[in-house]
Amino acid sequence: MGQTLVEKIISSHAEHDVKAGEITIAKVDVCITQDGTGPLAVRQLQKIGLEKAYNPKKTILYLDHAAPSPRKELSNDHMLLRNFANKVGAHLSDIGEGVCHQITVEKYLNPGEIHIGADSHTCTGGALGAFATGMGSTDVAIGIALGKTWLRVPETFKINITGSFLKGVYAKDLILYLIGLIGADGATYKSLEFCGPTVNSMEMTDRMTLSNMAVEAGAKCGIFPSDKITKKYLESVKRGDKWMPLQPDNDALYERVINIDASKLEPMISHPHTVDNTKTVSQSIGIKIDQVFIGTCTNGRLKDLRIAAEILKNKKVHAKTRLLITPASRQIFLDAVKQGIIETLLKAGGTINSPGCGACVGVHQGILGDGENCLATQNRNFKGRLGNVNGNIYLSSPATAAITAIKGKISDPRKL
Amino acid sequence: MILKGKAWVFGDNISTDHIAPGRLFHLRSNLPELTKHVLEDADPDFASNMSVNDFVVGGNNFGLGSSREHAPTIIKLAGVSAVLAKTFARIFFRNAINVGLPVLICDTDKISQHHELQTDLSTGIIKNLSTDQDITFTPLPDIMIQILNDKGLASHIQKYGDFNLGI
Repeated sequence: MGQTLVEKIISSHAEHDVKAGEITIAKVDVCITQDGTGPLAVRQLQKIGLEKAYNPKKTILYLDHAAPSPRKELSNDHMLLRNFANKVGAHLSDIGEGVCHQITVEKYLNPGEIHIGADSHTCTGGALGAFATGMGSTDVAIGIALGKTWLRVPETFKINITGSFLKGVYAKDLILYLIGLIGADGATYKSLEFCGPTVNSMEMTDRMTLSNMAVEAGAKCGIFPSDKITKKYLESVKRGDKWMPLQPDNDALYERVINIDASKLEPMISHPHTVDNTKTVSQSIGIKIDQVFIGTCTNGRLKDLRIAAEILKNKKVHAKTRLLITPASRQIFLDAVKQGIIETLLKAGGTINSPGCGACVGVHQGILGDGENCLATQNRNFKGRLGNVNGNIYLSSPATAAITAIKGKISDPRKL
Repeated sequence: MILKGKAWVFGDNISTDHIAPGRLFHLRSNLPELTKHVLEDADPDFASNMSVNDFVVGGNNFGLGSSREHAPTIIKLAGVSAVLAKTFARIFFRNAINVGLPVLICDTDKISQHHELQTDLSTGIIKNLSTDQDITFTPLPDIMIQILNDKGLASHIQKYGDFNLGI
């Protein structure tokens, strides 16, 4: 019997070939924490006298969730993380550098590797053909110190995508559609393996959007093959030598196959307060929106900002709506400045936040008022997510978000 | 060990934001203070009304969302005996075991608010003393039982200097 992508990668990191359902110890390549989970990880290692990094060059401590720090407690957490990184020789990604998952893909993670991170959206790294999964602080702390973890090899859902996206429909709409279809626990413990003609020509930024949201269906990872698109991406970030091809075997065993024709999709909206509460944009037209937020590890990349800028060019954000934009990384911010995208967004009335996670996770940079509605390009709309349990969060693509910012109510990007 | 206490019933899809909200991000390095807010966004009165040894009872997909280990940690620190749910989100489930909080998969439809529950983890059965019904729960994988018996992953690694899970 052939192997799925995760079976191949975990086998190469365990001492024997593994198949779905097995529990094994596996070596880990890249370990990350962020400023919400890192302090607990560091304290766990201090508590058990294991303050070290097995592979410091592939250990990254990010300061991105509260960056720059809005409170003294968080400034102290940042100090703890800076000190730990310095002590064990790990990388410290400081405030302003951006969201952990974006930078991990840009700088550290390679195809075929195992990546664990103390952040649920670590699954973003699956876009590079790596096995990337979120865990808690203690699991990642042990991964940092010992260079290994225990894993149950997940069964795989094959997500076969055909057809071309119509105008105004994007990868984000596809993943919202998929989560609506199978439910927020539809793929619990499973690997989502994306394939098909549409995937073969899908650029890295869109692959990242799909992998990023795998966890919103409960999945352990959302993984792509490593192919010519992966190679091209790695070359673009000057890491072309790290590329290796990786494909599932033709006779790999899948628990379920889901076929999606991208040409049949409409722009999608997740309604409060669960990601799987999806409706088409047509069913959502006219809902008043107080705040539009474009950013995050889901949709804060250059292409996302460019799509928004093209829609907002020479237009103004609606008088009763505010527009927040957070580039996912410093590099993206710089590129967007050079390309005039930031200028366009500013002239339209947008507010640009420092690269990071603050708004999405409800720490700062965009907390809702009581009863307010936000349309966001992020991955989660749980009650309280934007810092106020009395706020309502809708999720969409950057295009839907941009046209909504102009109209002040949920609007259809196909009707530009 | 016998666990005995009252049930506090929550619905489906209790997220880590319900348990340990992002707006309290700054309290993550102050766990005793964060514990005072446990499950606050699902039931604002839970933390003040619960008693040590009580049970948290969920429906489907308990603990979905973030990887924040603080969520099961503050449930444990509040003195909760165990979390019972029909299904758990993957990361929460693993984190709970890692911090030594029992998480039991069972049919929670037979449990109502404030029912008296009792269980001995080794028996695989939860007794609903209020209805005199037995509820079976799915046994945990062996390696999780071992981590739980060692009082969590950090203590396990401290004890053996490495993983010692028989795999």
